Amino acid sequence: MALLEIRNIVRRFGDFTAVDGVSMDIEAGEFFTLLGPSGCGKTTLLRMIAGFDSPQSGEMLLDGKDLASIAPEKRPIHTVFQSYALFPHMTVAENIAFPLRMRKLGKGEIGERVRQSLEDVRLADRGGRYPGELSGGQRQRVALARALVNRPRLLLLDEPLAALDMKLREQMQLELINLQKEVGITFIYVTHDQTEALALSHRIAVMNGGKVEQLDEPSKIYDSPKNRFVADFIGTCNLIDAEVSVAGEEKMVLQIRGLGEVAARNPGAIGGAKGILALRPEKVRIAAQLAPESDENHFKGRVHDFLYMGDVTVYIVEVGEGVHIEALLPNSTAGRPRILAVGDPVEIAWRYDAGTFLDG
Amino acid sequence: MAKHLGKWLISGPPVLYLIVFFVIPTCIMVLASFRYAGEYGGLAPVLLHDTSGAHLNLTLESYHEFFSDFIYSWLFIKTLVYALVTTFCCLLMAYPLALLIARSASKYRDLLVLLVILPFWSNFLIRIYAWMILLGPQSAFSAALNGFLGIFGVGPVRLLFTPFAVVLCLIYVQLPFMVLPLYANLEKHDPALLDAAQDLGANAWQRFWRVTFPLSLPGIYAGIALVFVPVLGIFAVPDILGGTRGIMIGNLIKQEFLEARDWPFGSALSIMLTIGAMIIVGGAALFAGRRRNGDV
Repeated sequence: MALLEIRNIVRRFGDFTAVDGVSMDIEAGEFFTLLGPSGCGKTTLLRMIAGFDSPQSGEMLLDGKDLASIAPEKRPIHTVFQSYALFPHMTVAENIAFPLRMRKLGKGEIGERVRQSLEDVRLADRGGRYPGELSGGQRQRVALARALVNRPRLLLLDEPLAALDMKLREQMQLELINLQKEVGITFIYVTHDQTEALALSHRIAVMNGGKVEQLDEPSKIYDSPKNRFVADFIGTCNLIDAEVSVAGEEKMVLQIRGLGEVAARNPGAIGGAKGILALRPEKVRIAAQLAPESDENHFKGRVHDFLYMGDVTVYIVEVGEGVHIEALLPNSTAGRPRILAVGDPVEIAWRYDAGTFLDG
Repeated sequence: MAKHLGKWLISGPPVLYLIVFFVIPTCIMVLASFRYAGEYGGLAPVLLHDTSGAHLNLTLESYHEFFSDFIYSWLFIKTLVYALVTTFCCLLMAYPLALLIARSASKYRDLLVLLVILPFWSNFLIRIYAWMILLGPQSAFSAALNGFLGIFGVGPVRLLFTPFAVVLCLIYVQLPFMVLPLYANLEKHDPALLDAAQDLGANAWQRFWRVTFPLSLPGIYAGIALVFVPVLGIFAVPDILGGTRGIMIGNLIKQEFLEARDWPFGSALSIMLTIGAMIIVGGAALFAGRRRNGDV
């Protein structure tokens, strides 16, 4: 039995359906992420799990028990809020002690657990400070400590890193992964940041328009997006209109206007189906001259434009009439911002199974 | 100098205004409290000229009078009690109202605040005279109350010209001054804090006493100051509704100036009132400040 079973949850606000029949199972000990653009329903779903909002239909079972019958303050579920929501009139130690006091634990035990908790988040010397006197990263850690001190069954995190700058965010991501491993508590993490989701999660549910578009491990989500939305939302992706000319179990042949025949994979597609070819730029090899392998698609074209990003350069290659394909070239040699210039003839190649055909 | 010119242009006029209409009059009043009364009211001259030359004509007579008769201190204590009861009742009624307004949908909030300050649109004295009619023996309100009390064999009671009438009207007059600072404070509270408290196991009662209430303390202090201090010096309400039993220190001060024509004693009473109010408010602020610093 999964720790949290979500069954056909629907939540409407007037005419707007925020969550539209979502079902998923979240396993104990998992780092689970709800990923999607703003308004996709991820936060609404999180608020319903916490109990701040109730679904119009569907049910949620925690350890097999219906959550609807448990008041929000009685649920063994704690939340880390986007704004942290630390109590400004209480010291750091008082903030962390709050959930323990609500459970009416003894003074000695509260003191001991708060001290331990402060040590865990490396804030042992900050217990007497007020939240207003802390930096953003420190507040974040206090919010985590406060939500974890009670050992909840489930920890909900609502875009907890959104307010931090990038350097600190990367550092906190590592801390979060380690913390989750250490405490072994199930995390449900809400974010609109796909790199964060890929880096942190055991599994990701990509949401859009109140529905789950794809639920899978990060590498599966990235490498085998189920549809155009997922391919487009996660990372960057070449999306090229295509039509199936020869269907196949392992390998298929697509017809692309202005380019010709391209080999790709999609076990399910049938001949004549129209859709798109999704191809990650970093899977496309690019050079002035290439010796293609037998299992590669190979095309000649011209550099249409390029973007120097520091670690890599993104080349936009025109390979046919109106067909542009992005390719990444790592800048592994020092002092050479670009190898190719606009207008240069180039060759590109990619393994046929790097490209995925998506229906519709 | 030019750098400070803008600062002086902005802060100069209000500072000047306060000096002319507040600081100087206060000094005049302090001085007046040490002077002798003039023969036909007003004040006797500060300097007396006789054969040995000019010398100061000042006295502690007014303060001596204040402390020699307990009736004045008693009136002070009575005024203090009226002010405390008024402030406490205002707080008790204003808090739920302010909370209700702060938690209602934002499109209704301005309208509700407008309703709170609506009484200010009609004249202060007219509103007090309206209470006179309402509390008078012929009024439907009095009749209904006495009819109700009659069932239990009590009464009839007289409402007008009693301390009860005074405090009732003081509460009415001062209520908006408690609601507004409380609302201004409560409206700013981050709703996520209540979500967090609930999420961490606090029930509605605990959420109020551990989050909303402590965070609203600055609003409560502001409201108390705005209600309590003006009530100490008020005289129109007890004058109209209080009769002889309901008079307050403000009435006595007015009497000393206008009827008894003893300006020095009236000034001394005013100074004592100001000092008393400063001690109480200052003490409360000190206490509040200590609480804020986390000693409790």
